[in-house]
Amino acid sequence: MLHIVACIKQVPDTKVIKMNPKTNTMDRASAPAILNPYDAHAVEEAVRLKNKYGGTVSVVTMGPPPAVKAIRKCIEIGADEGYMISDRAFAGADTLATSYALTKAINKISEIKPVDLIICGKMTIDGDTGQVGPGIARRLDIPPLTSVNKVVEMQKEDSYLVVHRKLEDGYEIVQTTLPCLLSVEKEINEVPYSSFPNMLKAARYQPVIWSVNDLEDIDRKQLGLKGSPTIVAKVWGPPKPEGGKILEGNPDEQVQQLLSVVLDKKELFAEMRGSK
Amino acid sequence: MSFEDYSGVWVFIEENEGKIAPVSLELLGAGRTLADKRGVELAGIIIGENVTGLSDTVFEYGADKVYVYDQPIFQLYRTESFMKALLHCSEKYKPEIILYGATSTGKDLASAVATDLPTGLTADTTELDVEEDTGLLLASRPAFGGNIMATILCKKYRPQMATVRPKVMKALQPEKGRAGQLIAEQIDIKEDDMRTKVLKIVRETTKKIRIDEADIVVAGGKGLGSEQGFELVHQLAKTLGAVVGASRDVVEAGWIEHHHQVGQTGVTVTPKIYFAIGISGAIQHIVGMKNSGMIIAINKDPDAAIFNSCHYGIVGDAFEIVPLLVKEFHKALHGEEVEV
Repeated sequence: MLHIVACIKQVPDTKVIKMNPKTNTMDRASAPAILNPYDAHAVEEAVRLKNKYGGTVSVVTMGPPPAVKAIRKCIEIGADEGYMISDRAFAGADTLATSYALTKAINKISEIKPVDLIICGKMTIDGDTGQVGPGIARRLDIPPLTSVNKVVEMQKEDSYLVVHRKLEDGYEIVQTTLPCLLSVEKEINEVPYSSFPNMLKAARYQPVIWSVNDLEDIDRKQLGLKGSPTIVAKVWGPPKPEGGKILEGNPDEQVQQLLSVVLDKKELFAEMRGSK
Repeated sequence: MSFEDYSGVWVFIEENEGKIAPVSLELLGAGRTLADKRGVELAGIIIGENVTGLSDTVFEYGADKVYVYDQPIFQLYRTESFMKALLHCSEKYKPEIILYGATSTGKDLASAVATDLPTGLTADTTELDVEEDTGLLLASRPAFGGNIMATILCKKYRPQMATVRPKVMKALQPEKGRAGQLIAEQIDIKEDDMRTKVLKIVRETTKKIRIDEADIVVAGGKGLGSEQGFELVHQLAKTLGAVVGASRDVVEAGWIEHHHQVGQTGVTVTPKIYFAIGISGAIQHIVGMKNSGMIIAINKDPDAAIFNSCHYGIVGDAFEIVPLLVKEFHKALHGEEVEV
């Protein structure tokens, strides 16, 4: 039976987050914490594969205690088990340190039950990098396949997986061996509304929570802020380039002014007018 | 790690079917500036099959050196094989900076290489600079969904790495006949050791509209209220012979497909004219369109950030302004009256 692990993260909803314009810090309280939208697709894909081929779906996350909520959301989608690593030692991790900590957690999960496939969302909406998935794959020495927008087929017995990887101008069909790691695009599936039984199960669900002491062979120097090669040196508000010319007058006058500047771009429209 | 052993700026040259990806040429331009500021060499690294000939172009666009891995195993991109070549080259020649295009290939490769080196990697950079004396790369990018800009440093590791969005940097004018030093390298990898195989590549160039190649883009945002409201954008685009663009929340609302999304997690566009209609102007969006020739913003909210980034702005109701524009443009361009 397959064991699929989806890596997930609870993130602030960056669409509604408010920034303090003076300090350029986020007012986290202003934004609801949600399951990273790309990760919902990762979990959904894991559940679909489970339904097709049989098996178990586990989710794993690194985060503060309230991130349990994101795991419950995954149980609603149809995941079977949830694991969380939560410890101050993980705080301030960049993608390199995050992939290290999650790899240690996945190692521990695979002692409970060997892992055949790992699925991550394309990226998180707060970090926007997409680097954690490939990082985990490298640390586990399994093939990473990013930009996956379709899983064509999978066979555990023959250790075989075929997917479509999105390219700038199309896609490629790639075959690889199991275990491997996929990071998936949003188009891979649609996350349906949760079923009532799953919602009930999720409401009561308590994930397994590990602290740094529960993870074996861990090098604390590679964790958190200490283990992060990248640092944020400066943040600043959106650049304020010189404001443009605001066209005055009533709508008709505004439109006429705009028309004259746009049509002045003769090289763009000459051909069009000529053809009429 | 002694930083003194590390010198030079590298650009990973991405090649598809014998052609260099435009972003790689743009990065040679950006890399040239960094290398000159540091007084070091700029190098391109090409990995592929039958790619040695591409080095001439890489020299013409500003490189002093080109490292080439020209072997059949590199015929198609695979993380496993390309990563090995890049690690081999990086460990042998120790560059201080490596830049990659933020394409599916560049991001995939850079993430894997960064883990193995290990080193820091900044994704989707939109501004690059370097500290002259320390060689510290200042890689800036929008963060938190485009709410702020952040400058990311990698102080303790070398090389420093960043991926850069296509069309954000400018390529240099190629200098015909400009030459440099070609260094042919090889590594020993067997096909049998490869776990991943590319079975087929399917190109869809003709199917999808390439918004990044359009001369005019008419983009709409959540300010249009609904999918029906977004119709206005389609109407104006049709009149102008333009391509439709959209902000991230419009795509997330499902009004239009993702390949129309302009911005950090969408497409970077550089049309001659860009219309932003009902778009508030999150920095995430701005970085995706700020290099457009003429930016025209239409928004009800006079305080909308978009007015700080446009050349011409109309504070007004899109439902009033855009139909007028459609009518007037139609008359001017097609010589006929339309009912809108």
